[in-house]
Amino acid sequence: MTLPSKLTDFSLAEARDAVQAKKVSSKELTTAFVKAVADARPLNAFVTETPEKALEMAVASDVRIAHGNARPLEGLPLAIKDLFCTKGVKTTAGSKILGNFVPPYESTVSQNLWDAGAVMLGKTNMDEFAMGSSNETSHFGPVFNPWRARNSNANLVPGGSSGGSAAAVAGNLCLAATGTDTGGSIRQPAAVTGTVGIKPTYGRCSRFGIVAFASSLDQAGPMTRTVRDAALLLKHMASVDPKDSTSVDIPVPDYEATLEDGVKGLRVGIPKEYRIDNMPPEIEQLWQKGIEWLKAQGAQIVDVSLPHTKYALPTYYIVAPAEASSNLARYDGVRYGHRAAGAKDIVDLYERSRAEGFGKEVQRRILIGTYVLSSGYYDAYYSRAQKLRTLILRDFTEAYKTCDVLLTPATPGPAFGVGEKTADPVEMYLNDVFTVTVNLAGLPGIAVPAGLTANGLPLGLQLIGKAFDEATLFKAARAIEIAAGFTAKPTEWWRAA
Amino acid sequence: MTVGKDDVRKIAKLARLALDESRVEPMVGELNGIFQWVEQLNEVDVAGVPPLTSVVEQRLKMRDDVVTDGDAANALMANAPSGEDHFFVVPKVVE
Amino acid sequence: MTERTAKLLKGQTGDWEIVIGMEVHAQILSQSKLFSGAATAFGASPNSQVSFIDAGMPGMLPVINKWCVEQAVRTGLGLKAQINLTSVFDRKNYFYPDLPQGYQISQYKSPIVGEGEILLDMNDGSTIPVGIERLHMEQDAGKSLHDQSPDSSFVDLNRSGVALMEIVSKPHMRSSEEAAAFLKKLRAILRYLGTCDGNMDEGSMRADVNVSVCRAGGYEKFRATGDFKHLGTRCEIKNVNSMRFVAQAVEYEARRQVDLIEEGGTIVQETRLFDSKVGETRSMRSKEDAHDYRYFPDPDLLPLVLEQSWVDGIAASLPELPDAKKTRLIAAGLSPYDASVLVAEKESADYFEAMMAAGVEAKAAANWLNNEYFGRLNKAGLAIADGPVSAAANAAIVRMVAANTISGKIAKDLLDILWSEGGDPEAIVEARGLKQVTAANPEKVEEVKAKPKLASWFVGQVMKASGGKANPGAVNAILKQKLNLPD
Repeated sequence: MTLPSKLTDFSLAEARDAVQAKKVSSKELTTAFVKAVADARPLNAFVTETPEKALEMAVASDVRIAHGNARPLEGLPLAIKDLFCTKGVKTTAGSKILGNFVPPYESTVSQNLWDAGAVMLGKTNMDEFAMGSSNETSHFGPVFNPWRARNSNANLVPGGSSGGSAAAVAGNLCLAATGTDTGGSIRQPAAVTGTVGIKPTYGRCSRFGIVAFASSLDQAGPMTRTVRDAALLLKHMASVDPKDSTSVDIPVPDYEATLEDGVKGLRVGIPKEYRIDNMPPEIEQLWQKGIEWLKAQGAQIVDVSLPHTKYALPTYYIVAPAEASSNLARYDGVRYGHRAAGAKDIVDLYERSRAEGFGKEVQRRILIGTYVLSSGYYDAYYSRAQKLRTLILRDFTEAYKTCDVLLTPATPGPAFGVGEKTADPVEMYLNDVFTVTVNLAGLPGIAVPAGLTANGLPLGLQLIGKAFDEATLFKAARAIEIAAGFTAKPTEWWRAA
Repeated sequence: MTVGKDDVRKIAKLARLALDESRVEPMVGELNGIFQWVEQLNEVDVAGVPPLTSVVEQRLKMRDDVVTDGDAANALMANAPSGEDHFFVVPKVVE
Repeated sequence: MTERTAKLLKGQTGDWEIVIGMEVHAQILSQSKLFSGAATAFGASPNSQVSFIDAGMPGMLPVINKWCVEQAVRTGLGLKAQINLTSVFDRKNYFYPDLPQGYQISQYKSPIVGEGEILLDMNDGSTIPVGIERLHMEQDAGKSLHDQSPDSSFVDLNRSGVALMEIVSKPHMRSSEEAAAFLKKLRAILRYLGTCDGNMDEGSMRADVNVSVCRAGGYEKFRATGDFKHLGTRCEIKNVNSMRFVAQAVEYEARRQVDLIEEGGTIVQETRLFDSKVGETRSMRSKEDAHDYRYFPDPDLLPLVLEQSWVDGIAASLPELPDAKKTRLIAAGLSPYDASVLVAEKESADYFEAMMAAGVEAKAAANWLNNEYFGRLNKAGLAIADGPVSAAANAAIVRMVAANTISGKIAKDLLDILWSEGGDPEAIVEARGLKQVTAANPEKVEEVKAKPKLASWFVGQVMKASGGKANPGAVNAILKQKLNLPD
């Protein structure tokens, strides 16, 4: 096995193989990434760097490897989205309101990774409380996309809400990262940073210890450089968790094992409603390319219809804020987090702590959510939106009678400029048009890099699968990955800075 | 369906979010923009359609009645903005 | 349907009827909480029985306690109520320092238990059926101390998350006596079932009392039509924590409402508190906005689905409840009143059953307990469990009286001895020669029965035993009666 010129160029699976074969130590690997993280501060991808802890974990991993007790992810440095509670390490959810909250407990997903031997590099930046599609709502400042358009110095967004994780993976600051996806927050940033991101079926990964945004939509997932990496990481993130009542009792398969099975005979559905009005030509062309690639590898292309697609975004923007308004009620300055100074009574304490602690987008969504649940409006809004979800799910169930996966665009365009879409909330929401249906139906979806725009920015394609059929999703994504041959990497402009 | 300034003030109160008067008018505009956009859901005939109660198809898992938790007063107080003798302290609440 | 005469409240302008409904919050007896594994024991040091879930920390999730569900089903069955095999947990959203999540997990539209009924046992021996509307499960809130300092309140979350059953009655109670009787009966049922200890002074059972008044005749119209317009506007008196206070609160509130209406005022639907120090209800601090709880199904939980066979198993394991026990005791010869008194408390019923098991006749045991033993316990301020005389010992006394071994008077003396000194009743009787003369000399009894003239031997014995104080004529008469001698 040949080592890459830079240790930080490794994919997760390659590093795993090298470490297990004792070709490189965890300490060497971790030291390289710790430096990469420090050098990449201009990207603002991390809220909290944990270099000492990382090295401690790396050294312990090397001992295990030396004794022959290596675990599946032994010694591999990962970045963790700051929405996952990490014991003893400050967790912010990208917000001011958590203050200096240091969780006395670990999320199940991250615990699974430490149990598998992984090493923590730090907590990545994100849109506040996972509400955003550009990582511009973070209390800790925006994250910059490692990618820039050809001949341009303009800073671009990395997508959101898992912008920090996406940037960290794309910028080779870690081997892989965890993200969460409520309306597209793994897939959309993956697509605009040239990385792979999968949101598994709802209930596949435990939500215990993940700061809740919209409980019926949130799902953790891997963000990686390759499809194999995503298969490997998901296998260890996922588990059946008795501490999460929505965790589903289905054992976790070995996704890596079936990765190269190919797509011969696979029926790939093309939903016509995803051809939106004013579809940018580049996106349409990429979609067509994706269809050709799969056909060439033996897949069968099927036209399908998902009639309620256009209602998915407005449905999402009722359901998610409603659940969030309730989930965020606990941030009140009483037991942890930010508390406003000099409150004259308890109501004052609540009102000012929350107004000071929450950013504008979060406040807006809390207000929307409170409104749609309030007396007199529940039936017209929340109840109606929940019925729409049933219809959206039925669309998929119907479509899956004639196909096994769906192929769609991932985003309506490439990464856009920082500040470009912040004026109108609805314009920002439209970034999730291809991804929210998947969360509303609870199905798995993966974004895989497929090409570059004319000015050199990455674009991805999305595959949507049947419930708990991530294995098929990975196979199909692998086929796209092979055909696309996407090897482009961003120039490390931040080092010059 | 549109909201006015009073509605916004009322909802902010319900959500315990202090809303500076200068932000009420802009918020009215932002919220109405969003509510107008979601109006399209009324186009859909939802007669007889049940609300989605859960995307997960399984029964609610139940656990055994055993004490497995607690005894963590120190851990709880560690993050508390104001604590005294293991109580959380808040401004006086009048019933 | 009971056509009982309503207790009327006399006003300046005519007669009024009181209508009462109650919502009782009963803490479920369990080791751990409804949705977390923290302990539930009363009186622990502050915040020591709080899991991170109970504290509403970020990312924490609820997982339901199977035993608590079973206890709720058990209670529903004890209330002769409909068990809903599918029920849903909803979030009730509001802000308060003792509500860490900013919402309470409760059940709104689909509770676990539906309609049922309780029979009230009134002092005059009548029984009044009171409908149960529903029973649902929910989390209890923590506790705030408001009087420890002038500027601050102190929050203890030990109670936060403890499982509660909210039992809602229909508005079928008509007087303060009925209200108290309802609580008493409900408490007894819960204690018989073992689902709640009913300790109102510890807060494990609390009542919210809804009171309204209407002109005489209005209530019948309501029961006939189900239309609430025939009833007056009700006020809710929250968190009353003793049966005595419930009765007082009802009396005060009904009178307040009648006076207000007769003076030309209107009743505002509001929440009030009962101030036990002055015996009055008063309005709670007015809230700027009425509570809008924004109920919606809790997305962290799935609908609760129960198997009928599981429910049937619980039904089969129910203990004998007060009503059934009362019926059985009446069949065994007790008066309805005596039976009521005995079954009102699980402890007295159990004690009584223990005496029966020791071979004592029902009526004799009941009389002995009601007239002698329980009275002494009350006077000494002792609970049955703390009484100095066992059921077996009391049974022995009653047995000896029934067998004419000792007289009724001696029995009372014997009880005094056992009370203060303890010991074995039969041994004491033997040792101290307490046997009735007739009992001490059974062969002589047979002789006298055969030859009544020999009765004078007994008279002599009695004269000797009484130190000559007994009246021979009276003794003769008693003897004739006791030995069934011909005149």
